[in-house]
Amino acid sequence: MLPNAPEDLSRIIETLYRSESGRILATLVRLLGDLDLAEEAMHEAFAAALETWPQTGLPDKLRPWLISAGRFKAIDVMRRRRRFDDAQSDLALRLEARINEAPQEEEIEDDRLRLIFTCCHPALPPEGQVALTLREVCGLTTEEIARAFLVTPATLAQRIVRAKAIIRDKAIPYQVPALLELSARLGAVLQVVYLVFNAGYSTEATGAVLSREAIRLGRLLLDVPGADLLREPEVMGLLGLMLLQESRRAARNSAEGELILLDRQDRSLWNRDQIAEGIALTENALRSRRFGAYTLQAAIAAIHAEASSAVSTDWRQITLLYDRLIRIQPSPVVELNRAVAIAMYEGPEQGLSLIDDLLAREELAGYHLAHSARADLCRRLGRFSEARASYEKALSLARQDARHEPERRFLLGRIEELK
Amino acid sequence: MKYICLGYYEPAKHAGMTEDERNAMFDECFEYDDHLRANGHWAGGEALQPSETALTLYWKNGKVATTDGPYTETKEQLGGILVLEARDMNHAIQLMAQHPAVKYGSIFEIRPSGDLNEMMKASQERRRKLTAR
Repeated sequence: MLPNAPEDLSRIIETLYRSESGRILATLVRLLGDLDLAEEAMHEAFAAALETWPQTGLPDKLRPWLISAGRFKAIDVMRRRRRFDDAQSDLALRLEARINEAPQEEEIEDDRLRLIFTCCHPALPPEGQVALTLREVCGLTTEEIARAFLVTPATLAQRIVRAKAIIRDKAIPYQVPALLELSARLGAVLQVVYLVFNAGYSTEATGAVLSREAIRLGRLLLDVPGADLLREPEVMGLLGLMLLQESRRAARNSAEGELILLDRQDRSLWNRDQIAEGIALTENALRSRRFGAYTLQAAIAAIHAEASSAVSTDWRQITLLYDRLIRIQPSPVVELNRAVAIAMYEGPEQGLSLIDDLLAREELAGYHLAHSARADLCRRLGRFSEARASYEKALSLARQDARHEPERRFLLGRIEELK
Repeated sequence: MKYICLGYYEPAKHAGMTEDERNAMFDECFEYDDHLRANGHWAGGEALQPSETALTLYWKNGKVATTDGPYTETKEQLGGILVLEARDMNHAIQLMAQHPAVKYGSIFEIRPSGDLNEMMKASQERRRKLTAR
C-alpha cells in the first residue's frame, strides 16, 4: 500500500479509533483478563500506529495489527511492573505463552458482547453501569459522557473508577452469563441501553449522541453472530421502540428550541426509514408471542408512527396495548399514559376523572407531567382557570436544570396563553 | 487532551528515608516517567525546589506585595508538576495511578488543561479597539 500523508493517516487512525476501539478493547480484555491493563494496551497500540504507520504505510489488516500491538504493549507493561512486584510475573509469563494465538473474527464480536455483560453487571450501581458501557463499549470519552449527563468530568471519572474497582474486587468475569441467568442479566443490559437512550431523548445536541449510541448498542445485541441465545423478542422490541422514538427527533423541537408535542408535530419531518425498520422489528417481536414491556411500548409508538394525524390515530388500539402493559409492568406512569389515550378515545372527561384518581393516590402527586396532562384536558374542556392552576403546579414541580429547560418554557407558554 | 498533574509530598517523610530507600524511589519514578515519554503521554514536567525557596506575590492596599514562602502552609508540599497527554480523564487517572510516587505517599491532583484561546482572542479584540480609538 502506498504511504499516506501524515495528516491523512492521523485522520484514518482517529476514524479507526471511533469504529474499532470498542472491538479491540473487548478482545484485549478477554486476552488479558484485566480491564485497566487492556485499556492501557489499547491506547498504546493506537499510539504505536500513529508512530509506525507513517513509515511503513497502512498494514493489510488493521484490526489484527492493533490487537497484536496491544498484546505486546501489555507484555511491556507487565515486565515493567514485574521488576517491582513479583505477583505480576505469572500473568506476564502466561501472556507471552499465548501471544501467537490470533483471535478469529467471530470471537471478536463475542468479545464485545462479553464486555457489555460485564459493564452492565447488577453488582455495579446503575449510574456506573451506564458510564462504563458508554466509555468501554461505545468508546466515548469521560468528558463526552459527563457533558451528556450534565455532571462534571471529575464526578463521572469517579463513577468509572468505582465501577472498575467493583469489577476487580468482586472478580466479575468477562463472559456472557450461562443460559440459566441469561434472561435476568439480559434485562439489566436492556435497561442500561434504554437509560442511555432516554438520557438522550430530551436534550438536543448532546442528546443525539446518546440516542445514536443506544441504537448502536441495540443493533449490536441483535446482530452479534453466534449470539442466538439473545434472539429474545425484547431485544427486537427495544430496538424497534428506540428507532420509532428517534424517528420523531427532527419534529420534536422548533427551530427556536421550543418543545413540540406529538399532536402538533409536522409529521412530514418524521424519519420514514427509521419508522419502517422500527415497525418491522416490532412486528417480528409481537409474532413471537413471548414479548414484554419494550415490545408493547414499541407497538404503541408504531401506531402513532402510522397515523397521519393525532385525530386519526387508532386510540382504541393504543388503550388496549396500555391495558396489557399495565398487566405486565404495573406503574402509575403507564396508567397516566393510558388515561391520556382514553381521553383521546372516549373523551377528555373520562381521561380527567382517571387522572384525578391517580393524583389522589399520591404516587404521582409530585410528577410534573401528571399535572401538565391534567391541565391539557381541563383546557380542552374549556375549564381555563383550572387548566392554568394545573400548568402552574406542573411548572413548580419541573426540575430546574438545563435538560428540563424546554419543558419549563413549554409550560410557561401554555400559562401565558391561558391568561 | 492535556492534563496537569500536581504532585504533593510530605517533606518530613522523605527526610526520614535512608539513602538507598530514596534512590530506589527515584529510580522507580524516573523509569515510569521514561515509560510515559516512550508512549507519547509525557507532555512536559518540572520538579520544584523546596517550598522555602518560594516567594509569593500578591496585591495588597493598592500595590504589589511579596512574602517569603509558599502561599499556603500545609503538611503536604507541591513537589512538581507533570503535564500528561491522555485521551480522557479516566485515561489520565489510570496512567497516574501506576506512578510509583503514589505508592511512596505522594498525592496527585489531576486537572484538565484550560483552553484560553477564546478568552485571549476576545481580549485581543478589546485591546485592538482601545488602541484604535
